[in-house]
Amino acid sequence: MAKDEFKEFKLVGTRPDRPDGLDKVTGRARYGADISAPGMLWAAVLRSPHAHARIVRIDTSKAEALTGVKAVITRADFPTGLTGEDWNLQENTMAGERALYDGHAVAAVAATSKLRAEEAVRLIEVEYEVLPHVIDVDDAIKPDAPVIREGAADATVPEGMPPNVVRYMEFGRGDVEAGFAEADLVMEKTYKTEATHQGYIEPHACMGQLGADGKGEMWVCTQGQWFIRKMCTAVLGLETSQLRVTPSEIGGGFGGKTTIFMEPLSLALSKKAGGKPVKLVMSRSDVLRATGPTASASMDVKIGMKKDGTITGARAEFRMQGGAFPGSPVDMALYCCFAPYKLKNVEHVGYDVLANRPKCAAYRAPGSPMGAFAVESLLDEMCRELGVDPLDMRLKNAVREGDTASYGPKYGSIGLVETLEATKAHPNLSIPLGPNQGRGIAAGYWFNHNGETSVSLAISEDGTAQVSVGTPDIGGSRASIALMTAETLGIPYEDVRVNVVETGALGVNEPTHGSRATFASGKAAVVAAGHAITEMCRRAANEWGIDPEAVEWVDGAAQPAGDNAGKFPPMTIAEIAGKMGSTGGPISGHHESVPDGVGASFGCHVVDVEVDPETGRTTILRYLVVQDAGRAIHPAYVEGQYQGGAAQGIGWALNEAYIYGEDGRLQNSVFLDYRVPVASDLPMIDTVIVEVPNPGHPYGVRGVGETGITPPLPAIANAIQEATGARLCELPMSPPKVLAAIKAKGG
Amino acid sequence: MSKVHVTTSVNGDEVEFLADPRETLLDCLRDHIGLTGSKEGCGTGDCGACSVTLDGTLVCSCLVLGVEADGKRVETIEGMADGAELHPLQRKFIEHAALQCGFCTPGILVAAKKLLETNPNPTEEEIRYWLAGNLCRCTGYDKIIRAVMDAAAELRQEAA
Amino acid sequence: MRYHTPTTFEDAAQLAAQAKGLTRFLAGGTDVLVQMRAGMVQPDDLIDLKKIAGVAEITATDDGGWRIGVAVPGIALGAHEGLCADWPGVVEGMELVGSTQIQGRATLTGNLCNGSPAADSVPGLVAAGASVEITGPDGTRNVPVEEIPVSPGKTALKAGELISAILLPPRGQNAGDAYLRFIPRTEMDIAVVGSAVSLRLDGDTVTEARVALGAVAPTVKLVPEAAEAIIGTTLDEAALEALAKAASAACSPIDDKRGTVAFRTEVAGVLTKRAALIAKARAKGDTA
Repeated sequence: MAKDEFKEFKLVGTRPDRPDGLDKVTGRARYGADISAPGMLWAAVLRSPHAHARIVRIDTSKAEALTGVKAVITRADFPTGLTGEDWNLQENTMAGERALYDGHAVAAVAATSKLRAEEAVRLIEVEYEVLPHVIDVDDAIKPDAPVIREGAADATVPEGMPPNVVRYMEFGRGDVEAGFAEADLVMEKTYKTEATHQGYIEPHACMGQLGADGKGEMWVCTQGQWFIRKMCTAVLGLETSQLRVTPSEIGGGFGGKTTIFMEPLSLALSKKAGGKPVKLVMSRSDVLRATGPTASASMDVKIGMKKDGTITGARAEFRMQGGAFPGSPVDMALYCCFAPYKLKNVEHVGYDVLANRPKCAAYRAPGSPMGAFAVESLLDEMCRELGVDPLDMRLKNAVREGDTASYGPKYGSIGLVETLEATKAHPNLSIPLGPNQGRGIAAGYWFNHNGETSVSLAISEDGTAQVSVGTPDIGGSRASIALMTAETLGIPYEDVRVNVVETGALGVNEPTHGSRATFASGKAAVVAAGHAITEMCRRAANEWGIDPEAVEWVDGAAQPAGDNAGKFPPMTIAEIAGKMGSTGGPISGHHESVPDGVGASFGCHVVDVEVDPETGRTTILRYLVVQDAGRAIHPAYVEGQYQGGAAQGIGWALNEAYIYGEDGRLQNSVFLDYRVPVASDLPMIDTVIVEVPNPGHPYGVRGVGETGITPPLPAIANAIQEATGARLCELPMSPPKVLAAIKAKGG
Repeated sequence: MSKVHVTTSVNGDEVEFLADPRETLLDCLRDHIGLTGSKEGCGTGDCGACSVTLDGTLVCSCLVLGVEADGKRVETIEGMADGAELHPLQRKFIEHAALQCGFCTPGILVAAKKLLETNPNPTEEEIRYWLAGNLCRCTGYDKIIRAVMDAAAELRQEAA
Repeated sequence: MRYHTPTTFEDAAQLAAQAKGLTRFLAGGTDVLVQMRAGMVQPDDLIDLKKIAGVAEITATDDGGWRIGVAVPGIALGAHEGLCADWPGVVEGMELVGSTQIQGRATLTGNLCNGSPAADSVPGLVAAGASVEITGPDGTRNVPVEEIPVSPGKTALKAGELISAILLPPRGQNAGDAYLRFIPRTEMDIAVVGSAVSLRLDGDTVTEARVALGAVAPTVKLVPEAAEAIIGTTLDEAALEALAKAASAACSPIDDKRGTVAFRTEVAGVLTKRAALIAKARAKGDTA
């Protein structure tokens, strides 16, 4: 990356205050549960205490008889005949014939107060016939496992597969066996990762209103208001356009708020209660039992390597359960796991498996952390065995522009080599380590995503600009979009207001997911600003009586160019906007597309740990994230994404996990026992923003949100091996497991 | 189910409300007097998003009953700025990009303010342990800790 | 639910004795409110003890010990110089309960009455030889702390009885105590193992000792065998090994979401050794 390739920018790359900062430090920002309406009712949900049970009978009469109860619903209140993912969503919203996991909703109540709704829920009587359940993916894939759902397998599953396999895939190229034969060392191991939850601090919350006329409104914390609209209306059999969804500020999502869980319940209750608005707020326990989490995985990896570190062949076979519905990210895991490496011979096999757990949702780079844990751990062990430096091995095999990715497509401009070189040059790598300390390195990958995008920009009468975007601001995207818009228009950052708008205001937008908000909404805003500039140049040309082609836009003003240069003084955006009413009306710009030019992002992490050999407890001493951003529009929020991703990965590696009892009930559905990292668990997280601009974006953006959660899992496993000599192949690497591994190797 | 009449001071204003004795102070702040700046992230005292001070002591308002606030002084995020002038911690959080989603921010600010009143010159480690009961899932805490240290330095300078 | 604010322990005991349904006492509330929120407990009567005179006070007793009110929060223990000087192990046990916010509410008495084998403040109290004053319909009585928990979530308190104070004995000279616990994170967890050691020295030799373990049995456990392993020693390597062995041998833990039998048993020994060394250093005047 040569600095002089960069255009000089006035705003892009600076660190101004975020536009929503004041609201968020004063408590004024309104999140999902922060809004109320006249006549509002409160909802509560009854959930199954069983992992798998037939619902024999539900008696809601006592609840209905309680004063203040305005509506009680069960699955009988939902339309029938849905198919495919619509049916899955409906079934997950409210159990039908069977409860499929601990926490599966079976009935819901709306009443005049929260306490009254909770009382009513306790009066609902459900008779269950408890059925055999299965939790672990390796148990669920057995031929004789309890069957979660007959006929759930799609056409990819060959005849004769175990009953809970619902999707099967195999792909690759070359000849892996020949590759292994070429190798000086072939190693094969099995790795397991447990499900983790996105762990956003804001529980799901919404207020829904639906009339008998089929028209409804919803206020909801979500990453994607159009997804909420589409899914709620599908589940309830409504016309999509009749539901208007307004996104609240969002208290974290990480992929977990890209879908619906309980939102249709508030609408169905509202309709039954005569159209009164109904507020529904999940408890933390509801969140952990019945939303999110990510999949759990069991993974076999086999790799061949030459003495010099060249990878000659690689094979991955992954089994993942994503709950009681199809949709584990086993495909993504396979696509990402070898993505950093140039491979002639590679083979992937994947199984999507059902189990009695909640329906998994996307979680930051879905699938990629699990695959990386397996592959990057094995590569590290092989480097140790062969005495090859792990960074040099990665550089030797690193993919570059034009290479064919392990999963098929040809890479455009990518920055893996630059990322690895920046890692190698970082001073953290030369800090000496003490006893019981170890350093671990791992790489990671995420594709990044484009998605349906619709943006509208309007110039106001005073020459400032408003941008309407459909991607909720989950970590500073208002700031980055304002920076790019202001840069393009040549006006101050403060003169742009970015609004996250409701579904009635724009065409369809996919959620803020796939690290796409700054890439896609940003790109669309820049194009929209370009349209507004063209129109402003035209207005100026009209006034000057010259050809619009002879006008250029410089520093927020139209000025005559070419032969006309200097003939008229520049006309500023404020001057043009001030009289737009008499020069042709409002000036705006729109852009709707699925933007092309997505740029992938590679990262490399280096972690130093210390392990207490007597208790197995791992302390993170220092942590380094190096990642290619393409270009950092607002570097502070890019760093924030790197640090946040690393922290979530550290949690996943060390202590976070879904823990089930023999009865199939989730045992740790509170933050006390679902152990996300606390402030005192972590050191400062060092970051290096590598900038290999993405040619597919006007300002070089790649998308930075997701790659950072991928390397911590293997990096920490690699560091623990160096500190203790023990290799952990199963997450979480909690103290009992680490201590047992130390003892097993005779430490 | 009889409700209890509660008279309390919230951010210096006298406030009265009727509380069901089962309702938490957090419920009362949010649902009875419209102060929704304090957030519920867990309801079990594990996340700190509902942090307020009660007679000057830092507490989780989800672990205090509304009726217990009778006759006491409650300070919430809504009372942190002095009119239009932000508390230095609030300003430093914006400057340092110490928030992403912002949901944990009110609780962290209330807790950090109490820390700096108790210990004007905390070390990084002291800040991390003081804030261990305030979960943030977005930031990895790095920028939060830096913002608190910077605000502390500014407050010390003002005091000097 | 009825909410009561009695002004004497006698009235509180009367209310509890006369209550027909489920009764809970409220001091700090950090357990009761969580249980109410989770729907585990729906009390009919909630008796708030904080309006009783003296419940928020720490007072020196005539014999040189301490009397700690039932509503004294953790934060007040840590701020009390005399108590910290005498019983740092008791104070640090309480201070490990929850966050700064929890410390503003949670109490020793509540932690004890919750009946958890993993209660962080209880091993320190047991090692210290603390007792509780119980007020009931028939008057008051004093009982050693280790006799209060009888099984997970259950205490020896009878209907209508409540703890009205915690009593710490006089510390005396050349003595120290310490509490360590193991948790997977650095804060905010329930103890996987807890170990408290209180000892007295004559020169470098241990003359008295009490060792208590948490989270390794159905109740917090006093372990006389562990104390015997170090009495008469200078806490040399051999004594520490014997101490660890005795502590581990006293464990009868369970496998659960927080730890395994093997891990708890092993780490109980490790922590007890480490706690003993801290207690010794404190007995020799180390204030850290």
